[in-house]
Amino acid sequence: MAEPLLRVEKLVRRFGGIIATDNVSLDVAAGELHAIIGPNGAGKTTLISQLTGHLEPHSGSVSLGGRDITYLPAYRRCALGLARSFQITSLLLDFTAADNVALAAQAHAGTSFRFFADARKEKGLRDAAHAALDRVGLAHRADVLVSKLSHGERRQIELAVALASKPKLLLLDEPMAGLGVTESQGMVKLLQELRKEVSIVLVEHDMPAVFALADRISVLVYGRVIASGDPAAIRANEDVKRAYLGDQHVVTHHG
Amino acid sequence: MKAFTVSKAVTALMLAGLVLLPLYSHLSGNIFILTLFTRIVILALAAASLNLIMGFGGMMSFGHAAYLGIGGYAVGMLAQEGVGSGFIQFPVALAASALYALVIGALSLRTRGVYFIMITLAFAQMAYYVASGLARYGGDDGLTVYKRSDFSGLIDLGNRTQFYYLCLACLFGVIFLIWRIVNSRFGLVVQGLRSNEQRMQAIGFPAKRYQLVCFVISGTMCGLAGALLANNTDFVSPAVMYWTRSGDLMVMVILGGMGTLFGPVMGAVVFLLLEEFLSQITEYWALIMGPLLLLIVLFGRGGIMGMLGRAGRG
Repeated sequence: MAEPLLRVEKLVRRFGGIIATDNVSLDVAAGELHAIIGPNGAGKTTLISQLTGHLEPHSGSVSLGGRDITYLPAYRRCALGLARSFQITSLLLDFTAADNVALAAQAHAGTSFRFFADARKEKGLRDAAHAALDRVGLAHRADVLVSKLSHGERRQIELAVALASKPKLLLLDEPMAGLGVTESQGMVKLLQELRKEVSIVLVEHDMPAVFALADRISVLVYGRVIASGDPAAIRANEDVKRAYLGDQHVVTHHG
Repeated sequence: MKAFTVSKAVTALMLAGLVLLPLYSHLSGNIFILTLFTRIVILALAAASLNLIMGFGGMMSFGHAAYLGIGGYAVGMLAQEGVGSGFIQFPVALAASALYALVIGALSLRTRGVYFIMITLAFAQMAYYVASGLARYGGDDGLTVYKRSDFSGLIDLGNRTQFYYLCLACLFGVIFLIWRIVNSRFGLVVQGLRSNEQRMQAIGFPAKRYQLVCFVISGTMCGLAGALLANNTDFVSPAVMYWTRSGDLMVMVILGGMGTLFGPVMGAVVFLLLEEFLSQITEYWALIMGPLLLLIVLFGRGGIMGMLGRAGRG
């Protein structure tokens, strides 16, 4: 089998006495949509932060396309093809939607130490921004300030920003967080499209969405991966039922 | 977008006034006003340079007056040592300011927020005390510049009108550069970092090197103001680097409108004119000036430019 796109090996991260990431190992193959689920406090965000470079692990390693990136700063990982969305929307609020996305394209299109030419007139960057906005269905909102956009629209911009950097791997930290039912359905449809083009690691609470989308699912409980496999295997896994789907499972079967 | 707005009209009026001022001065025989406005234009240049890092870059430097001193001392010290040519003095002033900005910036940009404010202040105060200790160059008492920078007949800095226009040209030149910079790739990155540093890192921009370059550009521009100021007063002393002067520059920027192109110029004009006229009325002028500035900052979000913008809409 070929080298996985993302390989996480024996990752450990402690906060004081608490082990937030406990010997986590997982592989994400190219073209795969790998979901990470787990109850609140399972350490999902801690794990993601170590993948993006916002947090350093105490031991273990992360490699992307065979290259060790465990201690690379966030901006270097991004240059290697790793893009992320934030669980809590993190955008440039006083910039337009198009500017937000164009900056992501700019980061991957030559040097930004250019001081004279008007960056908003660079056709390549504008086109890339509009293509990405179009991809998430927000082309008509391109020139609106992000601070004037709705929460759902901002979630979509997050995605457009990540896409504009033409990543190999997309790390999505709860893209459905705070979305209404229709908005969530729209997001699922969008992710179904995107997964054809890019490998995705998806951290998400929305179980129907996860089971509809994922090729493989890893279940994180108390910082450990207790199970990893395709959706059917995860649904059938006894440990998972007990630890995570537990109560709900009992209710649906005996209620 | 509207082509005509109140703020644009007022800005245009102000710029026209600055350009035509020597004419008025000649016709009315009021030489004092030309001297006053030369100082205003030079400090507007310093405020504009501060606005580049403070308004556009979000870096609250509280030590910007240091560059006024460095630029000024470069001119004064070279003149003292017999190097009178402006073609040497000015490049040295700019280079010295750039170098200082590079070192101070590299150290200060490790910190954020209040710490950044305090550390830039501390470095400027250090520069102040170093200048005070320069016995050969007047120490505390300052250094008289007996001869203004010599540009070999190209322009005569001793001539009030010529010198005024040189300063004005420098101001317009710097504002033009800032306008290009803030709309360039580099400028968007710097403003993006002001807005959300975490996001910018995540899309692949290493924050510090962009901010440092911006810091150096700003410091170099302010060094130019320092070199002009020494020529204007024929004198340079540690006092130009004192922290209150840095505070004045910040007030000009905030008063005029942070992150706007012409706000600092507006701020400098209003601040220095107020200071001038209030101090003629009463020796307790600061007592009026203080509350006045407070009111503008409290109720005029975005400074004068912000208020004009709202007046245009309302």
